[in-house]
Amino acid sequence: MPKRLLVVGSGTAGLMVANLVARALEGKLQHHEVEITVLGERDDYIYQPGFLYVAFDLMDPRSLVRPVRDLLHPRVHFVHDRAQRVDAESRTVSTEGGVSLPYDYLVIATGSRIRPEEVPGLAEDAHWFYTLDGAVKLREALQDLRGGRIAVSVGIPHKCPVAPVEFTLMLDAWARTRGLRDALEITYTYPVARAHTIPAVAAFAEAEFERREIKVETFFNMESVDTGTHVLHSQEGTDVAYDLLVTVPPHRGDAFGGASGLAGAGDWYPTDRQFLRVQGHDNIFAVGDTTDLPVSKAGSVAHFESEVVADNLVGLLSEGRRPGHTYAGRAFCFIETGLEEATYISFDFQHPPVVPTPSRSIHFFKQTYNQIHWASLKAVI
Amino acid sequence: MATADRVIDARGSFCPGPLMEMIRAIKTAEVGQVVEVLTSDSGSRTDIPKWAEKAGQELVEVVNGDDGDAILVRKVK
Repeated sequence: MPKRLLVVGSGTAGLMVANLVARALEGKLQHHEVEITVLGERDDYIYQPGFLYVAFDLMDPRSLVRPVRDLLHPRVHFVHDRAQRVDAESRTVSTEGGVSLPYDYLVIATGSRIRPEEVPGLAEDAHWFYTLDGAVKLREALQDLRGGRIAVSVGIPHKCPVAPVEFTLMLDAWARTRGLRDALEITYTYPVARAHTIPAVAAFAEAEFERREIKVETFFNMESVDTGTHVLHSQEGTDVAYDLLVTVPPHRGDAFGGASGLAGAGDWYPTDRQFLRVQGHDNIFAVGDTTDLPVSKAGSVAHFESEVVADNLVGLLSEGRRPGHTYAGRAFCFIETGLEEATYISFDFQHPPVVPTPSRSIHFFKQTYNQIHWASLKAVI
Repeated sequence: MATADRVIDARGSFCPGPLMEMIRAIKTAEVGQVVEVLTSDSGSRTDIPKWAEKAGQELVEVVNGDDGDAILVRKVK
């Protein structure tokens, strides 16, 4: 009887865990001592960091999408279906398609979802760049832009923590290259006391916003949108009038976690920060956006967490060795600061980030990473 | 110490976790109710009172304890 690893989710974390384990245990897969299955409701993978570039017509949306099957190790099974429920007692995951998939070890990598509908009027009147369709629609809106008031309004929690700062700085640079900047008034709103949850990023963003004459409204939690008058109201009582509203909607986990009784508030999985196990379950791991850890919901976090979980799974699947590799909160995020310059932050639980001076070379490194990512996803590099 | 209508234990979570818990709870509370957030994040001591002031809500009390602080806010509007 082979040992069975089931990975729920066909995004960055799910594919990386499956591919890393498959590459480490190729012999065991070949001899049917180990079986790996990925269950995903999407059969195409989308490179989400590309959305930012799509919005400014700097990337072709088609270049961001590849079939999941092409990205998975050939010996990994792929089931294209949506998970419905985990039964931890019988060690099975049932799907909406009526299939029951058994597991010895389970990895939950179901990511996060935008929830614009949580703010009345937001879904009707706002643009966002957090889905491929949304980024394409925003691209069309920006192409038609001739001037006016643009509000960039951020909800918490959301994935890719620096993306709102990047979008706002790229918008400023993009408008300057098109000779539109003087005709635009840009306002950035953020829910907490400063322009970002990470103090170093907040200090950097606030200085850049001031230098570029971008208005900042802090303690601004989106309450409702008046779609008739195009005014965004905050819970704190402040209003922002706009001609174009770009939002980073608040996110939640996949509701399937709640339905399984495993996820907590917000449909995030309570996850132990060292070994990334779902609390109370030694054989269930959570990776990527879906955890409740106090770390950024970002592709790099999914990547670093995947390496830890994959290393531990290799030990468990091959010789029953208990997990020894631990996650230290590692994260790395590029920050585009315009159309030709970028900076980055690198941090973990013990070491808060600093923000280096933006440069062209970091921007080129980011452009290069946009291509390297595909090899990284396949666990080739 | 004042009595809360709702208590949220946000100890162990970091900025902006406790603040966002308070903001969410006040949003759904009835006018006149008091929300208490327990927090071990030192930033909450300044962030939550600053938010209450900006939002026009009443900071009732900040109680410092050995295993964290209790911050109480009354919804007044």
